[in-house]
Amino acid sequence: MNQAVSRAGQASKPKLGVFKFASCDGCQLSILNLEDDLLALGQALDIAYFPEASSDMKPGPYDIVLVEGSITTEEDTHRIRSVREQAKVLVTIGACATAGGIQALRNWADVEAFKQVVYPSPEYIHSLSSSTPISEHVHVDFELWGCPIDKGQLLRILTDVVAGIQPCLPTESVCMECKRRGTVCVLVAKAMPCLGPVTRAGCGAICPSMGRDCYGCFGPSEGSRAGPGFPPNTASLAKQFHSGLQLIPVEVLRRFRGVNGYAPSFREESNAWEKKT
Amino acid sequence: MGQANPEGEKITRTIAVGAIARVEGEGALRVTVQDGIVQDVQLKIFEPPRFFEAFLQGRHYNDVPDIVARICGICPVAYQMSAVHALEQIFGLRVEGSLRDLRRLLYCGEWIESHALHVYMLQAPDFLGYDSAIAMAKDHAAIVTRGLRLKKAGNAIMTLLGGRSVHPVSVKVGGFSRVPSRQEVESLREELLWARDAAVETVHWIASFEFPDFAPDYIYVALRHPDEYPCNEGQIAASNGLQISVNEFEHHFAEHQVAYSYALHCSLQGSPYLVGPVARLSLNQDHLTPLARQVLVDLRIALPLRNPFHGIIARAVEILYALEESLRLIERYEPPPMAAAPVAVRPGIGMACTEAPRGILYHRYEVNGDGVIREAKIVPPTSQNQSRIEQDLRLFMPRLLPLPDYDVARECERVIRCYDPCISCATHFLNLEIKREGSA
Repeated sequence: MNQAVSRAGQASKPKLGVFKFASCDGCQLSILNLEDDLLALGQALDIAYFPEASSDMKPGPYDIVLVEGSITTEEDTHRIRSVREQAKVLVTIGACATAGGIQALRNWADVEAFKQVVYPSPEYIHSLSSSTPISEHVHVDFELWGCPIDKGQLLRILTDVVAGIQPCLPTESVCMECKRRGTVCVLVAKAMPCLGPVTRAGCGAICPSMGRDCYGCFGPSEGSRAGPGFPPNTASLAKQFHSGLQLIPVEVLRRFRGVNGYAPSFREESNAWEKKT
Repeated sequence: MGQANPEGEKITRTIAVGAIARVEGEGALRVTVQDGIVQDVQLKIFEPPRFFEAFLQGRHYNDVPDIVARICGICPVAYQMSAVHALEQIFGLRVEGSLRDLRRLLYCGEWIESHALHVYMLQAPDFLGYDSAIAMAKDHAAIVTRGLRLKKAGNAIMTLLGGRSVHPVSVKVGGFSRVPSRQEVESLREELLWARDAAVETVHWIASFEFPDFAPDYIYVALRHPDEYPCNEGQIAASNGLQISVNEFEHHFAEHQVAYSYALHCSLQGSPYLVGPVARLSLNQDHLTPLARQVLVDLRIALPLRNPFHGIIARAVEILYALEESLRLIERYEPPPMAAAPVAVRPGIGMACTEAPRGILYHRYEVNGDGVIREAKIVPPTSQNQSRIEQDLRLFMPRLLPLPDYDVARECERVIRCYDPCISCATHFLNLEIKREGSA
């Protein structure tokens, strides 16, 4: 553990709350997957509310709240506001909380029809027609991207928040990680439709190192041309997929409409290709 | 919290516990008791539905392993395995040799990780009287550290083969996107040898727990394979004598919906049944590895297991099994000539059932000539166990009724945790509500 957390731990332990909305639990599991650091984390922080791991659930307010999952029900639109009220610092963890997640694919579909595909009695199911990120409902202090999040980044952000340091995580593209790892480019050398050029670094460029194309787990990168905060050049990459790799428009659309498909720049790109299908 | 029932003279007592902790998903339990007799038990799963079967329609088959992994962060490999096997059936593809071994090794990694999580972090605190593994670590640091290291050993297998342990990236129809070298696989051995010893210690540790006396009459359902402990292949077998091919699953097992839950209930010819480690171990003891077999003898653990609280024993024995099996697979590993067999797309319908950590996981897909999914059906283990959990709560409840509501709630949570319900596969809080009617 970073010294700052340990020091803070000795004074009064910051209270941590972990809340779940619509999700697969994988990002919460990433907390438990801290294995080597988990017990130290338990000493540095007061893990006050984390139902997946503990039946001891202390009421708020909390110094740090981690939110997993997206908003998909009317009830959750109220619950997230109450969570926000109890949180000094609110951090979203993962693609669901940060961009709506894979379940945001419903945002392009007729949810009533979806219910009929899955449930014999769709009238029992109360669900919003959309899956939306936490930031569409309440103020979010920091967003941790990834599907799942990287546990190193999680530890980093917790340490920074506790120490009162402004967290600074990479916004550059996965390409940078590939170059640093020495992985041969799968887009150039194997003609795979890799999303790495427009996807945020953070995973360590796992997919190309495993012989396949990146599929955008960490969401859109920033600042490819104009600097931080600006969207990546998805249009150029999509054009390369289409005219260079001979993907038909629906295939280009599917590339951008994945686990982070509802993140604004990926969303706009897939919408643009929907018109061409 | 008592309140008068406005509809009549009956006295209704309702207890609502904010959340049942240490399960994966959101749900609630509602128990109605009238004049000291349990009238109804409803396990409500209100994890918001995510409609996977619907949005798989129109996706290319290549996207399926990445998408279905997101159903569950605890058992993504199970979803990937059932998916690729079902799709391979459509394309007339059989994955053999080293690639088959690698899939089995990857699945062993997930069993070890998922079972170690449940044994050490979710269920053991119940037996030792703690709220969490982190709280337990204050008095039992060495034990919790052993559990975390065991879990890490499972994750190490998944990370080597899949690039990461949550939502691995390498599984594809036909094989993998990349296969490891012999040297890379060898690098796992040392830690797995440690873990194998730790797993033996784990079974001994758990056998020393005190278990409530409880033995419902179960129908067990698990895969059976002629040569091995079931994992990716086999027939579906039940303790009532049923033995069918996976393709016949939907003829015998039916899903139905209840108004109070977002998870579909599943029954075998109208009866509740049990899937998961207890069922799997009880039906497949003849395929256990030497140390797993020996530990059962040494500790005089008789199979079939009858007590749902013994699920933790079954999980620990399976951790040991999975480690012995992993070491065997590592020993004989030779990298395959190709990371994946070539796929010839053709239209059709395919089904597969594999053994997820929590029990059999059934997938069916229909694909068109372009390799695009026309229809998908997924039956996760927790929705299969849901009726059985309700039934067991009904049977266990009478002995709890003399207790104060708070203790009833805690004991019910303990029962529910025995099944390691993955409510994300089907939900994340379990709110517990007990309604007592009549003379309190």
